[in-house]
Amino acid sequence: MVGTSHLPILVVLLPLVTAYITPLLGWIDKRICNPLVVVSMTLAFLASLLLARSVLTGGVISYHMGGFAPPFGIELVVDYFGVYMCIIISFITLMAAIYSREYVAKELHESKTVPYYTLLMLMTGGMMGASVTGDLFNLFVFFEILSISSYALVAITGKKVAIMASYKYLLLGAIATSFTLVGIAYLYILTGTLNMADLSVRLQSVYGVGGSSWTLIAALAFFMVGYCIKAALFPLHTWLPDAHSMAPSSISAVLSGILIKVGALAIIRVLFNIFQPEFVVETIPITSMISWMAAAAIIAGSLFAISQTDIKRMLAYSSVAHIGFIILGIGLATGYGTTGGILHIFNHAMAKGCLFLCAGAIIYKTGIRNIDDLAGLGNKMPFTMAAFTIASLSMIGIPPTAGFVSKFYLGLGALETGTWSGWVFIGTILVGSLLTAVFYMKVINNIYFKEPLLREDVQRDETPLGMLIPILILAGGCVIFGLFPRIPLSLAEPAAKLFLGGI
Amino acid sequence: MINFEFLLGHYNYWAVIVLFLIGLYAMIVKKNLIKKFMGLNIMDTSIFLFYISMGDVEGGVSPIIAHGGGSEVIYVNPLPSVLILTAIVVAVSTTALALSLIIKIYEEYGTLDSERLVELMGW
Repeated sequence: MVGTSHLPILVVLLPLVTAYITPLLGWIDKRICNPLVVVSMTLAFLASLLLARSVLTGGVISYHMGGFAPPFGIELVVDYFGVYMCIIISFITLMAAIYSREYVAKELHESKTVPYYTLLMLMTGGMMGASVTGDLFNLFVFFEILSISSYALVAITGKKVAIMASYKYLLLGAIATSFTLVGIAYLYILTGTLNMADLSVRLQSVYGVGGSSWTLIAALAFFMVGYCIKAALFPLHTWLPDAHSMAPSSISAVLSGILIKVGALAIIRVLFNIFQPEFVVETIPITSMISWMAAAAIIAGSLFAISQTDIKRMLAYSSVAHIGFIILGIGLATGYGTTGGILHIFNHAMAKGCLFLCAGAIIYKTGIRNIDDLAGLGNKMPFTMAAFTIASLSMIGIPPTAGFVSKFYLGLGALETGTWSGWVFIGTILVGSLLTAVFYMKVINNIYFKEPLLREDVQRDETPLGMLIPILILAGGCVIFGLFPRIPLSLAEPAAKLFLGGI
Repeated sequence: MINFEFLLGHYNYWAVIVLFLIGLYAMIVKKNLIKKFMGLNIMDTSIFLFYISMGDVEGGVSPIIAHGGGSEVIYVNPLPSVLILTAIVVAVSTTALALSLIIKIYEEYGTLDSERLVELMGW
């Protein structure tokens, strides 16, 4: 079919082209921006679903940009993982865009509306591109598109603290950029190519050759540090709590829900697509190293989250813990473990997206950010709080919700390693989930069971429908994909299998 | 046994390493936000030099096929330069954004000293 053959580039171009149209139409009328972005993201979402169907039936798609065959031309490679990320990215962005209509009108200055949507679309375009590209330098460029637009989006409210948070994020992000650039240079010197598939073939002859293997290790180290900063893996997470809590809530949902996962995607691409699994698992045990870092992230992120009083800051620290779960799955490098890690990207995106949108709705309606002041909200905003509770349960991993499935897979993966460290990781997952329960239960307890200070605060005052619908859809997703985990697994399982093909 | 010829022969890499470390040092040690960012720019420049010098071929000419030029002419590798053109664009846009943030920070806080800012923020 002619129509589907260009889908890989279409999912990237849709948001990018929208980013260029938005300022033009927004110049005529600001109200056009939101419908435009929603329509564009709906189309991107549908295109991603179509792409998923053709990948599931026809296998990995290779798209040659401009008809130049790789390794000379730029290649887009849509594998199971790429299309999986595309679906998540377009879906969460679509939800954030629907939510933005009423949220942005109140929370942001009128003059910020057009830049807000433009940057959101640029960021989405960058994320989509990073998911489907098959070229290492292209990955770098898309990463910069999404990073720079996210720096600006963090600061878009213009609040004092937000600007400072954005600067901190920018500085660390720029260091990460430089490091990955050095890593790319090393690989280019070694092989003379930048195409990922071509790189992995040409690197075969480099492994184990005396001097070059040091270059290889240096390249791997630069990549790991760079992308771990972008993915906010503990202890390189310091920018995340500030940036994610200071951004507008709809942006926080996108940042925490999907943007840091694109960092995880880059880590997967580097570890399994470019380097051989044998090299990163056995020769240089970088996978077990990041597993330990991830285990530290789970515990530390949860502990930090417990001590927070600001609800968005708490959610941001919870993201530090949950990126740990995802990286742990990747680092385990076993069938179940990596499947669990990839599945957790999806489940965490929905749950954390929902939580941040709920937090945004609370701030929108009441202006409360302190967890202790949330008392009585269960009666005031029943639907929003019900969604918050469901998403929290999914974060903790209570069985009927989606979070349970991915944590179950992670546990199975840890057992699969068959070593003592596997048992430590299982312990970490359990303790991490318990600690997660501590701070989410505190919020839920405050919402439903704590006596409000003032009786008159407890009048029914629900979130506006335009903001409530995406919240409820995401909360519903947490339950539906917990009951039917086969749907995301149908992409996550072959993706993990493809990455670990060598083992 | 140190191979001096090898070490001196790759003097361009030494320049890159020194510049990279100067940049990193400035980023970590300098208190002023603008100086921090200048450190980052020095670091970026060192990486640009790294790319460009690795594409150079001794005795090579610029990779433009001249009229009547034979195949025996050696060209320098143009790809690293092209890549770095993109990286420069990225660095410029990062710099532009950072400087505009710095202006805003100075307007809001009245200082660019990072330690003073941390005190003001309560971080």
